[in-house]
Amino acid sequence: MTRLIKNNVLFAALLMLFSATVAASGGGGLKQVNVNVQDTGALQRGAVEFVNNCLSCHAAAYMRYSRLGQDLGLSDDQVRESFLPANAKIGDTMTVSMSDDEAKAWFGNKAPDLSVIGRARGANWLYAYLTSFYQDDSGQWNNTVFPDVAMPHVLWNLQGIQKAVYHEEDDGYGGVHNVFSHFEMTSPGTQSVEEYEQTVHDLVTYLVYMGEPARIQRESIGVWVLLFLVLFTFVAYLLKVEYWKDIH
Amino acid sequence: MAKPASNLKKRGVELFNWFDKRLPISDFWEAHLAGYYAPKNFNFWYFFGSLAMLVLVIQIVTGIFLTMHYKPSAEDAFASVEYIMRDVEWGWLIRYMHTTGASLFFVVVYLHMFRGLMYGSYRKPRELIWIFGMIIYVLLMAEAFMGYILPWGQMSYWGAQVIVSLFGAVPKFGGLITEWIRGDYFIADATLNRFFALHVIAVPIMLLLLVVLHLSALHQVGSNNPDGIEIKEHKGKDGKPLDGIPFHPYYTVKDIFGVGVFLFIFAFIIFFSPDLGGLFLEHDNFVPADSMVTPIHIKPSWYFTPFYAILRAVPDKLAGVITMFSAIIMLFLLPWLDRSPVKSIRYRGWITKFLIILFAAAFIRLGMLGLGEGTIAETIESRIWTFIYFAFFALLWFFSKHEKTKPVPERVTK
Repeated sequence: MTRLIKNNVLFAALLMLFSATVAASGGGGLKQVNVNVQDTGALQRGAVEFVNNCLSCHAAAYMRYSRLGQDLGLSDDQVRESFLPANAKIGDTMTVSMSDDEAKAWFGNKAPDLSVIGRARGANWLYAYLTSFYQDDSGQWNNTVFPDVAMPHVLWNLQGIQKAVYHEEDDGYGGVHNVFSHFEMTSPGTQSVEEYEQTVHDLVTYLVYMGEPARIQRESIGVWVLLFLVLFTFVAYLLKVEYWKDIH
Repeated sequence: MAKPASNLKKRGVELFNWFDKRLPISDFWEAHLAGYYAPKNFNFWYFFGSLAMLVLVIQIVTGIFLTMHYKPSAEDAFASVEYIMRDVEWGWLIRYMHTTGASLFFVVVYLHMFRGLMYGSYRKPRELIWIFGMIIYVLLMAEAFMGYILPWGQMSYWGAQVIVSLFGAVPKFGGLITEWIRGDYFIADATLNRFFALHVIAVPIMLLLLVVLHLSALHQVGSNNPDGIEIKEHKGKDGKPLDGIPFHPYYTVKDIFGVGVFLFIFAFIIFFSPDLGGLFLEHDNFVPADSMVTPIHIKPSWYFTPFYAILRAVPDKLAGVITMFSAIIMLFLLPWLDRSPVKSIRYRGWITKFLIILFAAAFIRLGMLGLGEGTIAETIESRIWTFIYFAFFALLWFFSKHEKTKPVPERVTK
């Protein structure tokens, strides 16, 4: 019988180890960013950045303002005051007035809805994307993570303007290529490098939260569910042992 | 004081008897639970049958609640799933149970099938159990595929596009067949609508019927066991198998323990890693379906990837499709391909023992390769493992008949 437990525990451990490895992989060479959706402060700061900077072009059509208030510990009045646009109701979702056609005319592409962008792209990518805007030689905005992206650098006044520095690399077949090496700040913004990284981190935390608002609830309930199941399994095991006493 | 209670009990018994005379309740209980004798030496591998049943129930119950809020139209599907995730009370939990349940269904079924392979549970007289089980597996794949299209994300759309286009490999009629399946010239609203119908009604009904057949056939001949010997050959004076124990209460309490361990894993994934790093819920599927934008890397769900790797290993499309389907058909033939004098891996010769382990390795490795992007190195490796996958069946047929086996015990061992 102890072999049975050992097998089961081993099996569970293997599966969980496997899931942990899978979950940890998939960074794709991007910097690992750990977000904590239980950090209400970060969520509140991120929400402010989101509403002020992103929500003018990008909608989040599945996200309700009222939900934002509930999850971020804000009263409806606080949400109305700080987040809600004029004429919008507290139960509305985060829509924008810019149409897809207008977006195409102004930026060359429609602005994707950001409701679930945190799940589609992941924290690592979003963080890298928002810190990798640069101005190219012709003065156009570009991005090393998303080359030729239609979106201009909306947070440039915070981060400042940086340019991309390349170095030459032999590809081993006689060809020489320009490979991106690092960024160089050409005109500093209102925030220091660390401050800007913190801002982006908050924003990414918010985006991850917005991709799955239930995550806050899910993680806190989960602990209790697992504890219950440990107890249940233990009792089930004792029951099994009791019944099986007369076998063998 | 005792009188009213005993009176109540008497009334209860009378009520039960009223029903029992008109409906074979106690007969069923006796035939399939309390009087069904199962070998007493079931090990770890014997949890997965009852667990598959549990997952089936979870899928049906959560599925019913999902259909109350899901909208099967190209216009609304993606939004309705987000509505379930955000606005429906506990909707996120119901959906995660369903998505995690789908993947764990395959985990459980694959382990259940491997158990059958290890202990020769498909051998005479259990061929039909295996055939019914294989049909369940094929239905399950259809069910999972059609369920995967419902969230109407990019991977739903393009995965369906790829899989349905496989039928286009049929000479002459390929175009007609794919059009007939889709109900349109491309994956569209009509496709989503009919896949929804099949996913929630047609396939589940067939699944339930097949489960009944699978279990009826099992209870007709009795369960195999890790020693691969027939417990019915040694019966006591009472006519009960000496190495058998009543399924209820012994295996019901044991399975409850297995259920506890399973639910722990199930809950761990649901509450702490529902997308399992993109394996259970793919990142690209959080982008709404867009027929104008093809994702860079289209891949099926993990439980299909062994067959996907086999498909990609063959350069010609039609030949690839045939090879892929043959990979499944071969499994149906196992009861007749395996000709060993013994059933269980415990008493097999070293060659077939090695073959079974190699086959499992090929299946797992192909599954990993099927998740990859299809680089040249991956394709070459896939070809090797595909060859091994098929060689297994031929070699098993060849070597099993005359293999040198270990002596099989008369009675089950511990």
